[in-house]
Amino acid sequence: MQLGGAKQVAVLNSSDVYPLNRPGEANQGLQIYRANGCAACHTEQVQQEGVACDVVLTAAGKNPMVVSNLISTLKLKGLTEQEAEAVSGKIAAAGGKVETHIFATGADIARGWGLRHSVAEDFLYDNPVQLGSLRIGPDLAGVGARLPDANWQLLHLYAPRSLVKDSAMPPFRYLFETQKIGGAPSTDALNLSKEFAPPAGYEVVPKPEATELVAYLLSLHADMPLYDAPFTPPTPKK
Amino acid sequence: MTVNETSTNQIDASCRVPLLVLFGGGVFWLVVSSVLAVVASLTFHMPEKFGDCPWLTYGHVQPAADDALLYGFCIPAGLGVALWIFARLGQTPLRGAMVPVVAAHLWHLGVLVGLVGIFAGDSTGFQWLEFPRGGSALLFFAYLLLSLWALMNFSGRRESGLFPSHWFLVAALFWFPWIYSTANILIVGWPVRGVVQAVIAWWFGNNLVFVWTSLVGLGAAFYFLPKFAGRPLQTYFYALFVFWTLIIFGSMRGVPVGAPVPAWLPALSALNSLLLVVPVIAIAVIGWKTVVGAAGQECKGGSFCMIKFGFVSFVLSALMLVASACPYFSRLTQFTWFGAAQTQLQLYGFFAITMFGSIYHILPRVVGIEFAFPKLIRLQHWCAMLGLFGLVAPLVLGGVVQGLKLEDPNVAFAGSTKAMLPLLRVSSLGLFFLLIANLLLALNIFAMIIAWKWSVAKAVFAAVTAPLAKPGVKA
Repeated sequence: MQLGGAKQVAVLNSSDVYPLNRPGEANQGLQIYRANGCAACHTEQVQQEGVACDVVLTAAGKNPMVVSNLISTLKLKGLTEQEAEAVSGKIAAAGGKVETHIFATGADIARGWGLRHSVAEDFLYDNPVQLGSLRIGPDLAGVGARLPDANWQLLHLYAPRSLVKDSAMPPFRYLFETQKIGGAPSTDALNLSKEFAPPAGYEVVPKPEATELVAYLLSLHADMPLYDAPFTPPTPKK
Repeated sequence: MTVNETSTNQIDASCRVPLLVLFGGGVFWLVVSSVLAVVASLTFHMPEKFGDCPWLTYGHVQPAADDALLYGFCIPAGLGVALWIFARLGQTPLRGAMVPVVAAHLWHLGVLVGLVGIFAGDSTGFQWLEFPRGGSALLFFAYLLLSLWALMNFSGRRESGLFPSHWFLVAALFWFPWIYSTANILIVGWPVRGVVQAVIAWWFGNNLVFVWTSLVGLGAAFYFLPKFAGRPLQTYFYALFVFWTLIIFGSMRGVPVGAPVPAWLPALSALNSLLLVVPVIAIAVIGWKTVVGAAGQECKGGSFCMIKFGFVSFVLSALMLVASACPYFSRLTQFTWFGAAQTQLQLYGFFAITMFGSIYHILPRVVGIEFAFPKLIRLQHWCAMLGLFGLVAPLVLGGVVQGLKLEDPNVAFAGSTKAMLPLLRVSSLGLFFLLIANLLLALNIFAMIIAWKWSVAKAVFAAVTAPLAKPGVKA
């Protein structure tokens, strides 16, 4: 079966290949994810309705007035691929230089769960592949990009409701240890709000399972543009 | 006439011990499953309470509840009913009953190992395939032995006629070893790469939860409905048509619409799901023409009622399956509770309730003892129907509401959970009624097992003491 013999693929407009294997700790975290049945409530499948194109002017060329007059009469955002091609053609004919930016559309994308829909390549090196089928909790395919702070993730695992009000997620306190502070407080100790904090003189530190699970969650950012799921990466904010 | 009666009694008696082990253990797991399901649903009432013990978190308890229902109750009950139907239809007593007895014990041991494995964090992580290797190997060999014995009885039958029930049940005997070995080898034993794992898991889950249960449940219904209605199955050719269309369309589906796999897989899946409407209509016609207007038994809350109810549940569940493949609706309901509701309707509403009806009919005959609490049978059926409605209706409604919220990018994700939570809480009530129904069934079956063991013990004691008994000494 072709799909079973799938290999790394090229990232669009780049010499990189995708995917790379997850770091060792994240792979161990996948086993924690499996063992605790996280996939009973979380999917890893971002959905996409289609694509929309924006035409962006990069250089006005020799006749900036003509181009700008032309542009003011045209719709440049949220076009279909064919419309974008037509618009680019018109502007190019007037001497302007344009780029077409592609965006995925759909509710999942709008919610910030990912930049494109999930594809088979995202799971190439995962064993087991944990796609899930029910969204009791949010989709996690892009959680590493959406919530990249490891401390936030640890706090959320220990006490979901300290960060997300009304969360239906059970706390995973058994992945943490409450220990007496001996000498200096541990650098790993969670910075918990009052309501969730342990008694005075105690601190909560993550067990290796918790750090591994968080390493896995942070490794989930299926955000490379690929041939079968193209998009224009947003320019990094400075 | 008396010769026939003796032979029927012999046939029934030959199935006695294997059926008691299959049904007794099955009912035990049924109760375990509904206790676990209630515990899992408590997470939606008070998530805070379950954080200190891994054994109580939803991700452990919910798969365990599902597997206890499917592997613990449905499959052994189905095999028990199949063994008995083969023996009765073929007019052939079950020989070497020791082997199915041992196999049934192995099966229940496999379920125990599998469930402990899930709680210990050894789940494979694939829905319906969670049992770790030790458990699944036991299940596989136990099933092979049981199906081998059923097939030997079938091939050595004295009554050479072949009935529609035969086709469905024989297919099911082969179906499970095929799909279970394939899925375990390719996912657990020597895992294939990437999303192919998920594709195999979906294929397997559908073939077990939909195709296998349909084959066995319809096989049983096609035996019992004509028997109770006092009218032959209407008709043989409809049944033949259903058999082939069901296994052809039914077995090539299961990949959800938005899966991250090449697009032909979900497309083929959806096409086959839609085509299932053909056998479903034919099945409804069979049920209608066989039962409605027939001058057979009255239903009176007993076996007949249950099997009729199960039959209607099957039609509804299969229509939900068809609906969830329709272009817009499939996008709307994927990732929602709609699918879970369909699964519950299929597994409990159709299959388990059909099995209840069969067990209530079969057990008094094979054991030779009436149920200790006959009035509870009707109560059990009411509890089961009520519980099923209380479970499935909120989940269907909630699934659609949740889907609409998920589709709307202006609603934050928390909004979809918030809309769903009250309905999930209502469904806990349904689960609670199902627990009561299962306990009522268990009460009758365990009372029967105890009564039977007692009578065996008395007989053994009498036999042992008889030659030495002196007048005046009480045995």
